[in-house]
Amino acid sequence: MKGKTAGNKQPTKGPTKKRAATKAKTKLWELRLYVAGQTPKSLAAFANLKGICEAHVPGCYTIEVIDLLVNPQLAKGDQIIAIPTLVRKLPVPIRKIIGDLSNTERVLVGLDLRPLQ
Amino acid sequence: MATVRKKAVKQEGLEKCPTGIAGLDEITGGGLPKGRPTLVVGSAGSGKTLLSMEFLINGATKFNEPGVFVAFEETAEELSKNVASLGFDVQALVAKKKLAVDYVYIERSEIEETGEYDLEGLFVRLGHSIKSVGARRVVLDTIEVLFAGLPNPAILRAELRRLFRWLKTMGVTAVITGERGEHSLTRYGLEEYVADCVIFLDHRVTDQLSTRRLRVVKYRGSAHGTNEYPFLIDEHGMSILPITSMGLAHEASMEKVPTGIPRLDKMFDGGGYYRGSSVLVSGTAGTGKTSLAAFFADAACRGGKRCLYFAFEESQSQLMRNMRSIGLDLAKWTRKGLLMVHSSRPEVQGLERHLVEMHKLIREFKPQAVVVDPITNLVKIGGQLEVTSMLTRLIDYLKSEKITSLSTSLVTDARAAEAAAGVSSLMDTWIALQDIESNGERNRGIMIMKSRGMGHSNQVREFNLTDRGIMIADAYLGPSGIVTGSARAAHEIQEEAALIEQKNELDRKKRELERRRKVMQAKIEELKAGFETDKEELERLAGEGKEKESARAAQRGVMARMRMAD
Repeated sequence: MKGKTAGNKQPTKGPTKKRAATKAKTKLWELRLYVAGQTPKSLAAFANLKGICEAHVPGCYTIEVIDLLVNPQLAKGDQIIAIPTLVRKLPVPIRKIIGDLSNTERVLVGLDLRPLQ
Repeated sequence: MATVRKKAVKQEGLEKCPTGIAGLDEITGGGLPKGRPTLVVGSAGSGKTLLSMEFLINGATKFNEPGVFVAFEETAEELSKNVASLGFDVQALVAKKKLAVDYVYIERSEIEETGEYDLEGLFVRLGHSIKSVGARRVVLDTIEVLFAGLPNPAILRAELRRLFRWLKTMGVTAVITGERGEHSLTRYGLEEYVADCVIFLDHRVTDQLSTRRLRVVKYRGSAHGTNEYPFLIDEHGMSILPITSMGLAHEASMEKVPTGIPRLDKMFDGGGYYRGSSVLVSGTAGTGKTSLAAFFADAACRGGKRCLYFAFEESQSQLMRNMRSIGLDLAKWTRKGLLMVHSSRPEVQGLERHLVEMHKLIREFKPQAVVVDPITNLVKIGGQLEVTSMLTRLIDYLKSEKITSLSTSLVTDARAAEAAAGVSSLMDTWIALQDIESNGERNRGIMIMKSRGMGHSNQVREFNLTDRGIMIADAYLGPSGIVTGSARAAHEIQEEAALIEQKNELDRKKRELERRRKVMQAKIEELKAGFETDKEELERLAGEGKEKESARAAQRGVMARMRMAD
């Protein structure tokens, strides 16, 4: 799955598109997760991210996983130092979140995702 | 691989990685420890980035060791622009794949920490850069930015430890720069991780003049110079004063170099100064120190040798003009490239900087004669101790290079020994110029106070600056010391008059004698005449007697016949 193919987009087809659009003001969340191999931290980060997105902006997001062991040159573009790093490409401004995304509260603040209700 | 390296270390000592920075390799005995990280510490603006950049560029251009520069503070463009002013062409080296510059940007406000992380991203980037150019050298400038940019220092420290270990296993020679700390060496205690070699850069301001200094704090497994060494950053990068110039191991030359003034050469046993010796010319204001120095420079150039003239009082054109007034054309030597005049005010920079700059110029120009005019101006910007130590180093350096040096020294009292900036003991030859005031006149006198290893005149001579050069005249000894100037001229006239007088007297005496001889002659003639007269009289009388006798005898015969005697 993830990591094997870098730049692999995993858009979630949303039956709930309409509802999400109203909640997130029709925003599209373009997210990019940088990892270096399938370490426990990376796997945890991906699982956590997916869970949060599903819960808060279902159907309006894309997650691109980039494995730096495969494409080290991509680290430069987004100024990646720490692993794992989640980059919110859209909506602007770009935000960066480092760590395994286990602290949901901070991920929501960092991504500026409004929690439901 | 690690064990192989260890074995090698045991057998042939620590391998060094030359920096190519003038002076630094001498201090460290060959360079930085190869395959190990070195920490360069200093406060803001002390030259850390420059040192590390020069290390990389020299590696790429001189030692065929490509490098990676990881910049945490400046972008690649800024960096290459900044060092371009120092003569480094980063862009070209990047294009030739000799150098890789990676700008790492971290902004705390853009980063949210949400759990465990590591710095694998940095490792990956660094590894990629190293691989892309085949780097043997790595610079991290300055990694401490991570402490400000990333939360959770505990993770960071663990990761840094891992990073430096990783760099060692990669076998690259790394330079890590760090900001100077308040209580520890670096602000974030980087010395804990990088402990093989620590270089400390300092930028100190004393009396509003700044001096850069470098010190090797530690160097595991190698001897190194432990002092603070002044260094200079100019349009050609960094240069540190080499320590090899210190010491008293120079060889003494028997060769002599002319002073530029024939009469002065004669005063020095007929040849001039020894080659490679240090000459001090001391004197009060306006006694002709600069002129003497200029003649020395002129003589060196005339002999086809290069001369470097450090002028701390006059600009080049001023010096040229002034020397033309005493019949010296220095401009032709500068045109021929034999003479270089370096004019600067001593106050523009610290003493150590002057020293480093002078060293640099001497290294580049390779002169056989050096003039420092005057050294006393340097005292203005440093204490006596500093000046003495600086001049000691300079003179030792010049001697080891067999360069004859002439320094002038402005003194207030010509006779005071300490007046010569306390450096007279460093000097092999000391010429004192003094002004002699008498009869409402001020004249110049020259004498040789000392000249090691050669006989020399002990006389004070009179020293004249004319439009045909320097004339040295014999000094006249009057009843109140030596007589100079117009008094000397008067003395000369007087002496001449006395000489004429004496001659006249002699002539008169001669004439008198002649006259008396004539009188004597006359008297002899007179006596002779008297004697002749007497003699004649006597002869006449004697003749008369004889006649009378014969007449008487005849008469007697006549008478006898008349008597018919028997």
